[in-house]
Amino acid sequence: MTTPFTQRQPLGMVVGGSVERGLQVRLEPEIPLESIKVGAFVVVQGTQLTYFGVVTDVSLEAVDPRYRSSPPDVSNPFIAQVVTGAGVYGSLQVTPMLALAVAGQDQPQPAKSVPAPFSRVSTASERDVQLVFGKEDARHFVIGTPLDMETEVCLDMEKLVQRSSGIFGKSGTGKTFLTRLLLIGILQSGAATNLVFDMHSEYGWAGYREDGASVKGLKQLFPSQVAVFTLDEASSRRRGLSPDFVVNIGFDEIEPEDIQALRETLNLSDVAADAAHSLERHFSQRHWLQKFLDVTGDDFSTLADTINVNESALSTLQRRLQRLQRLDFIVEKAPAKGTVVQLLDYLDRGYHVVLEFGRYGDDLTAYILLANLLTRRIHQRYRERKEAAIGDRSQEPKPLVITIEEAHKFLNPQVASQTIFGAIAREMRKYNVTLLVIDQRPGAIDTEVMSQVGTKITCLLDDERDVEAVLAGVSGRRELRNVLARLESQQQALVFGHAVPMPVVVRTREYGSEASYRRLAAPLILSQSKDMPAPAHPELAEGARRQRDVDALFGDPPG
Amino acid sequence: MTTTTPDRIAEVIEASTTRLVAQCYRLYEAPPLGALVRAGPHEDGVYGVLTGIATQGLDPGRKSIARGVKADTEEQVYDEHPQLARLLRTTLDVVTVGHTNSGSIFQHLPPYPPRIHAFLYTCPPEEVQAFTASFDFLPLLLAVPSPATDEAVASLLRTAAPAHPDAPAFLLAAGRELARLLGGNPPRLNTLLRRIAP
Ligand SMILES: Nc1ncnc2c1ncn2[C@@H]1O[C@H](COP(=O)(O)OP(=O)(O)OP(=O)(O)O)[C@@H](O)[C@H]1O
Ligand SMILES: [Mg+2]
Repeated sequence: MTTPFTQRQPLGMVVGGSVERGLQVRLEPEIPLESIKVGAFVVVQGTQLTYFGVVTDVSLEAVDPRYRSSPPDVSNPFIAQVVTGAGVYGSLQVTPMLALAVAGQDQPQPAKSVPAPFSRVSTASERDVQLVFGKEDARHFVIGTPLDMETEVCLDMEKLVQRSSGIFGKSGTGKTFLTRLLLIGILQSGAATNLVFDMHSEYGWAGYREDGASVKGLKQLFPSQVAVFTLDEASSRRRGLSPDFVVNIGFDEIEPEDIQALRETLNLSDVAADAAHSLERHFSQRHWLQKFLDVTGDDFSTLADTINVNESALSTLQRRLQRLQRLDFIVEKAPAKGTVVQLLDYLDRGYHVVLEFGRYGDDLTAYILLANLLTRRIHQRYRERKEAAIGDRSQEPKPLVITIEEAHKFLNPQVASQTIFGAIAREMRKYNVTLLVIDQRPGAIDTEVMSQVGTKITCLLDDERDVEAVLAGVSGRRELRNVLARLESQQQALVFGHAVPMPVVVRTREYGSEASYRRLAAPLILSQSKDMPAPAHPELAEGARRQRDVDALFGDPPG
Repeated sequence: MTTTTPDRIAEVIEASTTRLVAQCYRLYEAPPLGALVRAGPHEDGVYGVLTGIATQGLDPGRKSIARGVKADTEEQVYDEHPQLARLLRTTLDVVTVGHTNSGSIFQHLPPYPPRIHAFLYTCPPEEVQAFTASFDFLPLLLAVPSPATDEAVASLLRTAAPAHPDAPAFLLAAGRELARLLGGNPPRLNTLLRRIAP
């Protein structure tokens, strides 16, 4: 129905059901069956509680089976009107999700009972939806609108960053657009700092729509709050961006753990990958890789003997690692104030950092190597700081959200236990670092890691294994599977988990028009909540910084 | 018979719990099929629906004979044989559908049928509206096994509709009630609904 949702509209009454199977609701004859869609929100007025639920199925029931063999004369409009509702009636399956306004609770609570028989069921009003999903404010970020409603659904950004989150969906469904929105939500809410490993260089300065039109990246919307690091300065400049920092990595910065993470991409055996550790012990910490790559001829067999590694395995390792020499951003020796130091410095100053890969975007070795190497160092630093703060929240580092794409490359069952990303996903927010993983193949991600993903936002998936992986361990899986299968192939997503009180399907908020930028970049009235860490950069008040960005983008405010 | 009010039309000549037979005061002056009638006074009467009208000789043993072979019009036959009006009578078959008690309307059978010679009245629109405010009487009527029953139901509902402030809504509600009651017999329901469709 396209009626305004300012008020609840009666739909019918509860005629049966259970907590597990949901409620059966008999539709009032006046309500056209076609106006009710699966996924719509409803409110059930019980005697003690008001329930908030969702329509999971719509069916047509006949009072008497003979209606099937001798159907009423529905060509007569009067007869059609009479029998829809009396002889034949619409029936809804409703899953009660939450109990609204529970005495002594200021938040809706999970529904653990069913309403009394014949309780009245009506559509949810905008107020009901707001009560459940929150109203846009510093903490609540609008992610989209529920189907058929004008109301907005918000994510609780503080909750979102407390645990790792995932954006899933097959190719072209809108993951990148959703990620842009989420990054902005994190930035605007101040809930965390972003570090984005931007494989395809689409978040920092500009990205593209399918029709070729360009959309703005973070730096264009928030120039004073976003720094772009690049691996490929020429590519960045070609795209009109002057990067804040050009990334170089020294061979002396690469550690055996980084080689572990590359096992799959470099196609290394266990023996070869483990040999890196022996090499490090043999050659001293900072120089093992360079020295190893320099070993030739007779020295090679001697080395193999000394560290007791099969010579052919060692030579495979050397050949594969030689590929790293072809990556121009890897230099012999890290500069004094190298990438890690710079990155930490920018993050400490409150900048959101996007690291774009330019021409290395299709080079998984480069992506995995760099993401691992940097994340390990940063995590190490956060960990030290968090431990140093010993419970004093004001001393703790501001939460950091690290965004990675092709997440299954880092988090598949073979490597998840060994890479830093697996550790971050499992330790949750212990050290104030969480992940935002983007993947079109969630089925390839380690199941334990998936179970630690707090908030999942999933667009259409059609591989059974992927659907299974995303919904694993979620209650109401059967219904959600139905909902997921019916998503449109673009700009629609099912959101569930930590940052929303109940699963919800949204039409993702539009991104890319001037109006969308204006609203996304608008400074929020910051009613910073008490338990949010103080801004990292107090000398520049956040509000003022934002206003400056917006003015630069759009000129003076209208009116 | 000088004091009959215009709505007083007949007198009960047979009475049982479920049905009445009444004789019209004037030959042929029967209300239409499906009309709502009341036997007895307003405060304490029995409601019925007209499901049959018959006209025959006073003496059931003797059949009428054709008399109009030389007449030009029907009226002429009656004019030339004034005794006909006395020898013939019009009777009404009425199915009991409710009663009143101290002014309240009940849509179920009365504890006792009316007495013989109880006066029969046609109900004015206000009374029809009051009575058809609920459809609880329909089962009593639909249970009568006669080809005229459904016609009577349809005609009652159709004529009652204009007495209600929202006639289409009244018919829709009536239709839904019929659908509920006749859910097991879709063909009958179909026919009946076609009869009451506005
Ligand atoms: N919120 C949105 N606002 C505007 N357009 C959108 C939105 N979401 C999706 N689209 C449209 O859908 C297209 C595909 O979205 P997107 O590039 O985010 O897909 P993807 O899932 O990242 O695909 P891939 O897996 O190939 O990277 C976009 O180019 C855009 O045209
Ligand atoms: Mg993408």
